[in-house]
Amino acid sequence: MRKLGWLVPALYILFLLLPIYWLVSMSFKTTNEILGAFTLWPKKFTLENYQKIFTDPTWYNGYINSLIYVVINTVISVLVALPAAYAFSRYRFLGDKHLFFWLLTNRMAPAAVFALPFFQLYSAIGLFDTHIAVALAHCLFNIPLAVWILEGFMSSVPRQLDETAYLDGYGFWRFFGKIFVPTIAAGIGVAAFFCFMFSWVELLLAKTLTSVAAKPIAATMTRTASSSGYELGLLAAAGTLTIIPGAFVIYFVRNYIAKGFALGRV
Amino acid sequence: MATISLHNIEHSYLARPRGPEDWALKRLDLEWLDGGAYALLGPSGCGKTTLLNIISGLVRPTEGKVLFDGIDLTDRPTDRRHIAQVFQFPVVYDTMTVWENLAFPLRNRRLPRAEIEQKVAAIADMLDLSGMLNKRAAGLTADGKQKISLGRGLVRSDVNVVMFDEPLTVIDPHLKWQLRSKLKELHQRTRRTMIYVTHDQTEALTFADKVVVMHEGSVVQIGSPLELFERPRHTFVGHFIGSPGMNVLPCAVDGGAVLFAGQRVAVEKPPTAAIGGRRTEIGVRPEFVTLAQAGIPVSIVKVSDAGRFRIVEARHGDDRIKLLVEQGVAVPADTAHVRFDPAHTRLYADGQLLE
Amino acid sequence: MGSKTHNAMGWLFVLPVVVLVAFNAIIPLMAVVNYSVQETFGNNMFFFEGVKWFEQVLHSDRFHASLGRQLMFSGIVLAIEVPLGVAIALAMPRRGPWVSVCLVLMALPLLIPWNVVGAMWNIFALPDIGMLGRLLNDLGINYNYTQQPISAWATLIAMDVWHWTSLVVLLAYAGLSAIPDAYYQAAKIDGASSWAVFRYIQLPKMKRVLTIAILLRFMDSFNIHTEPFVLTGGGPGNATTLLSIDLVKIALGQFDLGPAAAMSIIYFLIILLLSWIFYVVMTRDEEH
Repeated sequence: MRKLGWLVPALYILFLLLPIYWLVSMSFKTTNEILGAFTLWPKKFTLENYQKIFTDPTWYNGYINSLIYVVINTVISVLVALPAAYAFSRYRFLGDKHLFFWLLTNRMAPAAVFALPFFQLYSAIGLFDTHIAVALAHCLFNIPLAVWILEGFMSSVPRQLDETAYLDGYGFWRFFGKIFVPTIAAGIGVAAFFCFMFSWVELLLAKTLTSVAAKPIAATMTRTASSSGYELGLLAAAGTLTIIPGAFVIYFVRNYIAKGFALGRV
Repeated sequence: MATISLHNIEHSYLARPRGPEDWALKRLDLEWLDGGAYALLGPSGCGKTTLLNIISGLVRPTEGKVLFDGIDLTDRPTDRRHIAQVFQFPVVYDTMTVWENLAFPLRNRRLPRAEIEQKVAAIADMLDLSGMLNKRAAGLTADGKQKISLGRGLVRSDVNVVMFDEPLTVIDPHLKWQLRSKLKELHQRTRRTMIYVTHDQTEALTFADKVVVMHEGSVVQIGSPLELFERPRHTFVGHFIGSPGMNVLPCAVDGGAVLFAGQRVAVEKPPTAAIGGRRTEIGVRPEFVTLAQAGIPVSIVKVSDAGRFRIVEARHGDDRIKLLVEQGVAVPADTAHVRFDPAHTRLYADGQLLE
Repeated sequence: MGSKTHNAMGWLFVLPVVVLVAFNAIIPLMAVVNYSVQETFGNNMFFFEGVKWFEQVLHSDRFHASLGRQLMFSGIVLAIEVPLGVAIALAMPRRGPWVSVCLVLMALPLLIPWNVVGAMWNIFALPDIGMLGRLLNDLGINYNYTQQPISAWATLIAMDVWHWTSLVVLLAYAGLSAIPDAYYQAAKIDGASSWAVFRYIQLPKMKRVLTIAILLRFMDSFNIHTEPFVLTGGGPGNATTLLSIDLVKIALGQFDLGPAAAMSIIYFLIILLLSWIFYVVMTRDEEH
């Protein structure tokens, strides 16, 4: 039974890859071919979709813009979440349990509810159509997520670790940086990846708060649905390309996520 | 209950070890007699945890054999060796009560209910846990949890050896001595073989009948606490044991005489055979160095107070000499003379005691 | 685990978080509440109406139907994604070259923008030109999600499982990696079976991580909009019209801001209530 253990993740990955293969193969077809008949492999293999994206500035700028505000957001979210999660995990202070839950409530409302008010708010403070606006707006749901994930991992680290470090003469920040952070590496890896991911795919707020200068790829993609009918080939190519930055991120944090295992744990 | 023998054990964590520094454990042979209280003492990285894990079966040695009562168990997995281990931090099953924790190993072995109840009650009593059997294990303090870990090992009657891997690491300092005494008491009562791994000499010397001192992957000396203190076979042992450790001073040997600081020093066993090119040192504990009117000239560097006595740090040239002085005895401010008690001054060549 | 120390400094640590989140939360919240208790006849003229909209929404059959569908949808996907995610995390390799491969491949569905997810499954499942649709029909199953409510539901659920299970896997996997070796060693010494190891060591130690995963999936599945909208548009008919889709129809389609806002608030309160109950249950035994 043990020997076949690898079968489970293998089947799952196969299941995941089928629609992705479909997406990628669509990106190499023309829209006509996609809608015309079923073809497993592009009958008329074409690179025109990708050409369009790489040559049209509105397209590739979309990727760059998205990348900018997503990275800003991920960095901010994880950085402010670390001390907060530590406080929730180690300290008791007035209203802590309620505050912790309140954070999560910010993820409970559909983004549509915030669209118009955000538009008014960020325009009022003159941040409309900037990367920082989207980065800040995404903080609404990413920071609570980061805090919750980090707190979960911090709480499984015994307090003796903190106390032993103080006994050994470590100051608080040195302890935090050199001892504590490596111990919760898995939590940081997951939190960073999720912040990146949720911000990267968020469509509505990113579209609402930008128009030209900071227009994200997600917004550019919706263009395909309006102007010349539904340009599926183009959409598929754009979609395929959006996977790539995220794949890099998870590859980058993979060691953090499996850190515990890498340390020689069973 | 068994005698555990380790034959020709060598271990490296690397797939292809090259030099001696790649071997965590250099060749060793050890025998652990049934019912003994042993300590494995050494600084961090000396290989003691590796050795412990080889005995318990969590690590398979690169070379050599592990035998329990003469039966080769090298290939046998941990759960079939009948051992118990207490780890550095308490390992308890949080979702179970104290009683369920203690009963867990017995339940897994499908013992009848009545026997389980009797054994658990006996062990709980020995560990002073009887009042807490229905509490959830997660709610206990660190020392309580360590007791549970220990209890799970003791509750089985088929346990050949109980092993401790620095078990007092996370215990509050003022509770350490309590748990230490309890461990000693438990050894007297149960007469199980116990092997206690630590880097703390106090723990080792108070718990064990026999201490195995390790350094850089080798066993340096095995002996009772008294033997190790009085007659360290290796300068490392002398230095590591005792607080402060033994003074190790370079010396010269000329014929049958030992010379230090240009003077003849009387040693317990004068050298008889030729020394050759070996590095010679004399070792003498601060307890056996005294201030005198004549002798080796030193300058006084520091005097520290250690309660019942004072530690005086002196220098002769580049060599540092420590000595203990009782409270009330005057210590000169700048220079003085010291002499070494010949009965406790030993000669070492290349770090080994010359006998 | 030790207990927490009482430390008012805690507020200093959480201050940046509070500021950033509250800035984004409070003002829109006020706006929504504002709309929910007023009536507009266009021309930006508002009249205070009290709880009229709330009553209207709560008594509407349409709302009940959407809510029912939504509860069923969230229930089903949670029941599939959480156990499946945990099982996969347990079966994944812990070390070696395959770890990177697994992690990267599993993360891919999470990274696709949601409108693309909907669009690709839309084509993927079409009975004539889609890979899945053709495969199923060739196997003899009469499958057409554009016309059959059951097929539409099945496709919707398959899409969501495909899209989001990896989130549970990643969280569970990271949680598993945080369990120290000594627990497994002690279990070996105690003679515990693999099931006992799972039940008494792995599952309890993953509790916090699983709480996050379940709450996250619950909230996001309850709020889901883009993917089902692009996939089925809520159809056939209103077979897959989940709450969010209905809400947007009312708000944008009929431009009834009042009822829409009221519905948003009720919507939010339902999620809040269910999450709070779940949260309390999961953390009940952690008082220090």
